Amino acid sequence: MNVTPLQLCLLFSSALFCIGLAGALSRSNTILVLLGVELMLNAANLNFIAFWRFSPSPAASTGVIFVIFAIAVAAAEAAVGLALVIAIYRHQKNIRLQDATQLRG
Amino acid sequence: MIPLILIVLVTLATAVVAMSRRNLIHSVLLLIGTWAGIAAFYLWAGAEFVAFAQMLIYVGAVSMVVLFAVLLTRRSREDATLIPESLGRAFSAFIVAGLAFGLVAFAVLSTQLPARKGGASTISVQQIGTGLMGSHAAALLVIGLILTVALLGAVVIAATEPRESEEDAP
Repeated sequence: MNVTPLQLCLLFSSALFCIGLAGALSRSNTILVLLGVELMLNAANLNFIAFWRFSPSPAASTGVIFVIFAIAVAAAEAAVGLALVIAIYRHQKNIRLQDATQLRG
Repeated sequence: MIPLILIVLVTLATAVVAMSRRNLIHSVLLLIGTWAGIAAFYLWAGAEFVAFAQMLIYVGAVSMVVLFAVLLTRRSREDATLIPESLGRAFSAFIVAGLAFGLVAFAVLSTQLPARKGGASTISVQQIGTGLMGSHAAALLVIGLILTVALLGAVVIAATEPRESEEDAP
C-alpha cells in the first residue's frame, strides 16, 4: 500500500485523537480526563496544519490562523477546567469523577 | 518523509505511555514530550509561528498549570499514584477508541486526496499579522473577550471558599 505524506499526517492525527479519547474515557482522575481532551484538541490542530501544508493554494493562511485561535481557546479551556478541578477538590477532598455527583456548592 | 516518521513515532509513543501511567506527575511530564513533538510537526510543516505558539502555550504554560493542579490536589507525597481503574471501563474505552481509529483510518486510506507536490510552504509572521488584523479582526476581538472572561472566571471559581454552614430554609 502506498501512503502519501498527507495520509500519514492524517493517520497521525487520528491516532493521537484516539489515544486522547481512550484516556478520557478510561481514566477516572479529572486531571487525566482533561489532558485527554487537550490531546484531542491538539489532534484537530494537526489536521488543520496538515491540510494547509498540502493544500493546492499555499498562499491561503486560513489554516494557520484557525490553529492560532484554536490554541487560544484550548488554553482558556485548560485554565477553566483546572480551576474547576481545584474547586471540586476543595469541596469533596478528592478528584475522582465518580464521586463528583453533585454541583451544589 | 523520514523526519515525519520519527516525529510521529516519538509523539505517539509518549502519548500512549502518558495515558497509561499510574503516576500522575509522570503522565504530565510525558505529555510535555507529546506537545513538543507536535510543535516539531508544525516546524516540519513550515508553520513556524504556530510551532512557537505551541511551545510557549503548551510546553510552557499549560504544563505548569496542570502540574500545579496536580500538586494542589493531592493530600500526601504518595498521593499522586492513582488507584487502578475497573477493567470493564478500560476495555470499553479501548473498544470505542479502536473502532473510531479504524473508521477514520479506513476513510483516510480509501480517499484520494489532492495533494500539492513540492517542499514545505512557509508563511511569514507578517502575513499572519495582516491576516489577524485585517480579515480576521472580529475573531481576534472575540478571542480576547473569551480569554478575559475565562481567566476571570477561573480565578473566581478557584479562589472562592465554600460556605461553612448552610441553613436549609424550609
